Amino acid sequence: MSSYAPVGGRLVTPVTVVLGGLFGISVFLLVIRFINGLGAVSNLNDGYTWGIWVVVDIVIGTAFACGGYAMALLVYVFNKGQYHSLVRPALLASMFGYTLGGLAVLFDLGRWWNFWHLISPAYFNVNSVMFEVGACVFLYVIVMWIEFLPAFLEKLGINRLRQKLNKMMFLFIALGILLPTMHQSSLGTMMVVFGRMIDPLWQTNMLPLLFVLSAYTMGLSVVIFEASISAEGFKRQRETRLLGQMSTVIVGLILIYLAIRIGDIIARGELSRIYSNGFLSGMFLVEMALFLIPVLILLTKRARSSAALLFVAAVSMLLAGSLYRIDTMLVAFNPGSEYSYFPSIPEMLITIGIISFEILAYIVLAKYLPVLHQEKQAGATGELRSL
Amino acid sequence: MKRRDFLKGVVGSCAAMATVSGSVEARGNNPRLPGAVGLLFDSTLCVGCKACVTACKQANDKVLDVPADKPYLDRTMHLSPDALNVIKMYKNGKPEVKDREVDGFAFQKQSCMHCVDPSCVSVCPVQALLKDGTTGVVTYDKDACIGCRYCVASCPFQIPKFNYDDPFPEIHKCQLCNHLWSENKFSACADVCPTGATLYGPVEKLMAEAKRRTSLNPGEVTRFPRRDIEGKEFGREQKVVKYVDRIYGEKEGGGTQMLMLSGVPFDKQGLPDLHERSSASVSETIQHTLYSGLVAPAVILAGLVGVARRNTKNHTDESPEEDAHE
Ligand code: SF4
Ligand code: SF4
Ligand code: SF4
Repeated sequence: MSSYAPVGGRLVTPVTVVLGGLFGISVFLLVIRFINGLGAVSNLNDGYTWGIWVVVDIVIGTAFACGGYAMALLVYVFNKGQYHSLVRPALLASMFGYTLGGLAVLFDLGRWWNFWHLISPAYFNVNSVMFEVGACVFLYVIVMWIEFLPAFLEKLGINRLRQKLNKMMFLFIALGILLPTMHQSSLGTMMVVFGRMIDPLWQTNMLPLLFVLSAYTMGLSVVIFEASISAEGFKRQRETRLLGQMSTVIVGLILIYLAIRIGDIIARGELSRIYSNGFLSGMFLVEMALFLIPVLILLTKRARSSAALLFVAAVSMLLAGSLYRIDTMLVAFNPGSEYSYFPSIPEMLITIGIISFEILAYIVLAKYLPVLHQEKQAGATGELRSL
Repeated sequence: MKRRDFLKGVVGSCAAMATVSGSVEARGNNPRLPGAVGLLFDSTLCVGCKACVTACKQANDKVLDVPADKPYLDRTMHLSPDALNVIKMYKNGKPEVKDREVDGFAFQKQSCMHCVDPSCVSVCPVQALLKDGTTGVVTYDKDACIGCRYCVASCPFQIPKFNYDDPFPEIHKCQLCNHLWSENKFSACADVCPTGATLYGPVEKLMAEAKRRTSLNPGEVTRFPRRDIEGKEFGREQKVVKYVDRIYGEKEGGGTQMLMLSGVPFDKQGLPDLHERSSASVSETIQHTLYSGLVAPAVILAGLVGVARRNTKNHTDESPEEDAHE
């Protein structure tokens, strides 16, 4: 028997209905967007031409989807076999996060029918950071579907192909670590070209390093986050001990991130902006606080063995990484005083709808495919499944 | 111990990345092209008639926005998909004297600067924006464009404009009227300008002319060429106004092919104060350092494949072979 098993249970529950409804609303709004243009549903303008669809759905969305990347690096490169049970659920969430991030790109692109130019050698511009991001994300989505294929094959009972695939899997695992390292850092490089349009507290040549470090840390945190939620939602056994161990890695990475971030600001002589920069100083300090909360929480061993505290720490790290991205791409970005931007309601509803669809699909697949780690105690699986 | 190894690994890879992203000398600014053509805009000559705004629209098939009684005066104030060129006004206090910073006013042309090392070309993922290898004109091809608007966001002058209310949007920006060259015509804005405030020609000559003007003494009388600097056509003789000691576009952001002269400081007129190093070169240096020839990714991939292979064997994955005969 495989060590992963479907959770089972009813499909139509209050949670899935609400998620489905939210997704329906966004589909309706997207139809309007495709008929009347981007401006019909969004507040995008020539100053802030990238809004929450780019920043939240794509940039933050794919950082949240770094769980698979984070676990793969931990388990297969640093040989931490003890975390093995966390790999497949993380991979599933990543696969959805990235696939939907890719779809979000499609409805944000003004001339979406030309999207294939991104991967056609006749068009691509190797100097463009966005080309590199686009091509890497595209490849990575394919790699993840291949990595996940054994779960489908297992469900369908096609075992010979599955075995063959498993033998070659190390190739895809390696690609599945390289590609996100490349494009998560490039999402940071993408902002370098904006030069002085981005406040010096955020604009730096270290952006690629800071982006990939924080994305990786968000990936680890999202694994804790998802494990806690599915323990609660699917009424499964908690994996607190394992997650607690992993949280020490998060602490280490945050400290490295903060050292580079602050060290770089000092080296560029911009330290005084931390307090003399008005509203932006405030945003910076909130960001720093969110990064520090998990460090402080996770200092003691007792805290690390508390499911609740682990969860709070993970959430704080996810917020920190998200705010870092929002600040860099929107708040600290200043295209001139005649422009302003705040997302419109339909714009937000579309983002919410996409996220709902992602969660919905995760629930459905976890119920029907062998994704979550099989429980040792038979009793636990029989309980009410509220999700 | 093991955790320490892990952290060591992380610190090591970070340090490696930090050194590459720190060494930003690989690509300097792209140089000026010897055959570059462009515009010289001299704010002290501009009388604000906006004939160029109308002419630009006509040359580029755009909708005019003119009052019925003054069909020559286009009201457009901002660049948009329907306006590739606008004249903006600077006003301070009681705007009494032209080209004076305090209690004065001035006019400023806004259109694509045809950067020497343009951000928009560097960022465009699909080569929809290209810089001509001879003339340096920055052109746009809607059939290649995917509408990602990276160009819109990255242009330091906020030039490219996009239709948000159109299901089939395009990017709109000045392409120096290169579509008129085959008819032996040139930039409509320069062609129509009555005073020579907007002047067309090879950038080398425009630069020499700009330097000549800034070296003249205020009050001196001189002739200003009109339309095309090579056309030997002159506007009226005129007294030189005091220029600010800077040719905007000589160095800014790696230089531009539209040069500007003014009596009022450029930053007061809303032009950005850019580094001399082009943003495109900073960004491409990082990108090339990390990815040139895909050498680094290939090496890392080889390493990852080796390690992943060993480690998948160590602790067999989710559905190992020996489980298969269920
Ligand atoms: S001014 Fe803007 S649009 Fe024009 S070439 Fe420079 S970067 Fe491109
Ligand atoms: S919007 Fe079009 S022209 Fe501009 S960067 Fe994207 S693909 Fe290139
Ligand atoms: S060169 Fe042509 S397109 Fe450009 S501003 Fe002048 S008239 Fe308009």
